[in-house]
Amino acid sequence: MENSSIKKKRKKTVTRRAFIKGMGGGAIGATLAAGLLGRDGLTPGGQNVEPAVFEAKPITLTVNGKTVRLEVEPRETLLHVLRERLRLPGTKRTCDRGECGACTVLLDGKPVYSCMTLAARADRRQVRTIEGLAAGGNLHPLQQAFIDKDAYQCGFCTPGFIMAGAALLEANPSPSGDQIKAALSGNICRCGNYQKIHEAVAAASERMRSGLK
Amino acid sequence: MRDLDTGDSLTYKEQGQPLPGAKPAASVQAPAGTFKYIGGYLPRVDGERVVTGAAEYTQDLQLEGMLFAKILRSPHACAEIVALDLSPALALDGVKAAVRLKEGRLNYLGEPVAAVAAQDEATAEEALDLIKVEYKELPFVVSEDASQAEGAPQVLPDGPNVQKLNELTRGDVDKGFREADLLLERTYRTSWEVHQPAETHASLALWEGDSLTVWDSTQAVHSVRDGLARALKMPAAKVRVIKKYMGGGFGSKLGLNDHTLAAALLAHQARRPVKVVLSRKENSYCVGFRPSNRITIKAGVKKDGTLTAVHFKNLTCGGLGRGDDCADPLVDLYRCPNLKVEEYSVFAHTCSNRPTRAPGHTQGTFALEGFLEELAAELGMDPLELRLRNYTTKNQGDTGTPYSTKGLEQCYRLGSEKIGWQRRNKKPGQAAGRTKRGLGMASQIWPGAGVPGTLADLYVYPDGSVEVQCGTQDIGCGTRTFMAAIAAETLGLEPKDIIIKIGDSDYPWAPSSGGSLTAPSVGPAVRDAALKAVEQLKQLAAKKLNIPAGQITAAEKKFSNSQNPAQALSFAEAAHELRRETVFHGERALWAPGFDYQTFGAQFAEVEVDTETGRIRVLRVVAAHDIGRVLNRQTAESQVLGGVLQGLSAALFEQKTMDTSLGRMVNANLHDYKVATIEDCPEIIPLFADVVDERLNNLGNKGLGEPPRIPSSAVIANAVFNAIGVHVGEIPMTPDKVLQALKRREGRS
Repeated sequence: MENSSIKKKRKKTVTRRAFIKGMGGGAIGATLAAGLLGRDGLTPGGQNVEPAVFEAKPITLTVNGKTVRLEVEPRETLLHVLRERLRLPGTKRTCDRGECGACTVLLDGKPVYSCMTLAARADRRQVRTIEGLAAGGNLHPLQQAFIDKDAYQCGFCTPGFIMAGAALLEANPSPSGDQIKAALSGNICRCGNYQKIHEAVAAASERMRSGLK
Repeated sequence: MRDLDTGDSLTYKEQGQPLPGAKPAASVQAPAGTFKYIGGYLPRVDGERVVTGAAEYTQDLQLEGMLFAKILRSPHACAEIVALDLSPALALDGVKAAVRLKEGRLNYLGEPVAAVAAQDEATAEEALDLIKVEYKELPFVVSEDASQAEGAPQVLPDGPNVQKLNELTRGDVDKGFREADLLLERTYRTSWEVHQPAETHASLALWEGDSLTVWDSTQAVHSVRDGLARALKMPAAKVRVIKKYMGGGFGSKLGLNDHTLAAALLAHQARRPVKVVLSRKENSYCVGFRPSNRITIKAGVKKDGTLTAVHFKNLTCGGLGRGDDCADPLVDLYRCPNLKVEEYSVFAHTCSNRPTRAPGHTQGTFALEGFLEELAAELGMDPLELRLRNYTTKNQGDTGTPYSTKGLEQCYRLGSEKIGWQRRNKKPGQAAGRTKRGLGMASQIWPGAGVPGTLADLYVYPDGSVEVQCGTQDIGCGTRTFMAAIAAETLGLEPKDIIIKIGDSDYPWAPSSGGSLTAPSVGPAVRDAALKAVEQLKQLAAKKLNIPAGQITAAEKKFSNSQNPAQALSFAEAAHELRRETVFHGERALWAPGFDYQTFGAQFAEVEVDTETGRIRVLRVVAAHDIGRVLNRQTAESQVLGGVLQGLSAALFEQKTMDTSLGRMVNANLHDYKVATIEDCPEIIPLFADVVDERLNNLGNKGLGEPPRIPSSAVIANAVFNAIGVHVGEIPMTPDKVLQALKRREGRS
């Protein structure tokens, strides 16, 4: 991303939302995240603070097994890097504030909201996205189960659900019904296909345990 | 007055009218019996694309040199633009274009004022800050109550804040009331619900010379194309609108949006492609909602449950929009000779309401079916028996045109058996203890007959490949899959053999994917094209095999002699005889005259209410629907699950909440605007009555988008009534409202 527009110092407005988002990256992130947010007329003004100068930071990510080196701004989210810079649009931006789970990816095997994870925090870590889940062209059993059970409608939330579900099955190959619900409760499916999503995770679990891939 | 941002200006009822010149119907159009693929459980033909993240949504598209647009929106609920200067924004490094979108008065918070395009989103955001605008703030009202108050500012320039929307009279209600053994009057309220599709609205505009291509997250490529052509004063033939995959719409993505127009204007100015993606906050504020309603029903009834008169009064508030008329279910569903309907719009300073999955019917059904549940309790009658007592076989409350088919009785039987209807509290609220269980039911009616005149083209290539083109959309309902199934079934191929091309205004016309219009419009058009193709291919095969064409069957990818199956020509060999790619034009024909065509359904729910906390838990919902022939049970069941779940979500959680003094929405995000999650999901059992309507179209199918959403809030409220003995009367039924309702009951007893 070009950043010519943010080189000059000037008064910025930090919204509470920007501040909270920035907390993930420490104090610097907190002030710098302001530049991304709240200019649409819909957001009430916050307090004015003087931002520090943006400094790009070099990071190394391993994304779906491939190592990439790039410079990121402290305010850049992992979601932004994946979608806009690495051209991996399978990870979706729906709320951009950690409310819906559509942007879920695996960071060192653990599910995280990539919209709430600063890219700099993913430095030297393993990132897995929906594009990297099918190993060697074979669908992950959960991907297959989503097709078999028709566990989606519009499909926009699906990558997030599948990544959250895959993380669950990795950590707990035999989840109970309540454990499935708990693991997926941070994801929203607005089309309302939860029952089939639940069935798909249960079916994939059974299939993985029986050794079928 | 309507701003540009209102979506499609035609109601679903208007859109459902046959197109001029639509071809006439045969008296029997749909075949009886079963098919190999149609009506089965078919996995989606594009499933792998979706589960691997390869499906391209508008937000995902990137073009060389593409710019990002952001919209400056009004920070006031009502204001005048005194002065506006775009030049400081244009002077910022990286900003390539800026346009003003509005002159004069702004009528809602979030109304577009100007837009900028820059090399990245952050620069575009920053540029918005540099636009100099001077506003003169004006008084506003953002609630139905404030709008009706003495001395309230007038919302519309050309009329009062309360205006007549709809009225209707049948028979003589006063006479009907005099004949009644019992009179009952109740009021029901529904709240502003926001569609909140997973994918926020997004558009990408590209100019090539004087032709415009727009990729849009839309339910209606043709409607957006026509809207753009009108707004840009250019020929529709030079505008092309494409929708690949779309992340939910529910009625909020039906027409041209002003962010789409802004992207086109900015792209023209910058001479580069421009993408705009709305934020969740913009989605919460600016692209419509379901209007609120306050519906009062007064009815007269005989001791045996026969309705003698109903008076239905509705006050609907859709911001700058007219709200929804909600009386249709009442007008048609029950026998009642005397009826009076009065509906009024209340205007306020928010964006216009937009169609929201089953507009009007959902709210009208919440009131009507809630009322019947309460009426049954007053009469000491089984609520199902009360509905059967007033059952109709003709529209207009049994006074009008006969229904071609009406499978509602089957739905009642299927649903009540499945839920175990006899387990309900015979007297509502009779169960002892803190946690009370209850069972409720609600019925549904909705047109869903499709649009005669819808087109689809089927291409057969000389190599035997087959492609279907149709300017329809798959908004998550499985359109691609049923189209492939219908073409494959008719041609003797497999669904995966058919290449489906949709979501492009350059393809033959199909209606908006809204109002349950798609399947009964597009399905029959594809069937018609495939029937023409198979007819010609059979002729060619017959000639080649030297047997009469009537003796040929098309199955298993070949044309065989039915008297001697060994004698056959493969599909590809027959297609080769066409010598060039050949297009077969399909059209959805008219329905047979003299009948009315509607979908019907009944849902049954079981809930548990904690009478100390007011918390409702939905345990089970059985949803039985008559949608004619089911095309694909796999995706049809998903639609029913979604319709039930969305109704649950609205019944328990959803409400666009306004700060009436600031004019702001206080929950413009997915955390504070509560929607149901997997933790709230009950067991849902979808059932279909499978009544093929042979007069309606060549498949006998009806639409399914709206039906499962229509009774799905009402049924939960009714089950709560059965559990606690008092109807909450208002959605969302948050715990505080449940506790207040329980207090009312104590006050009564």
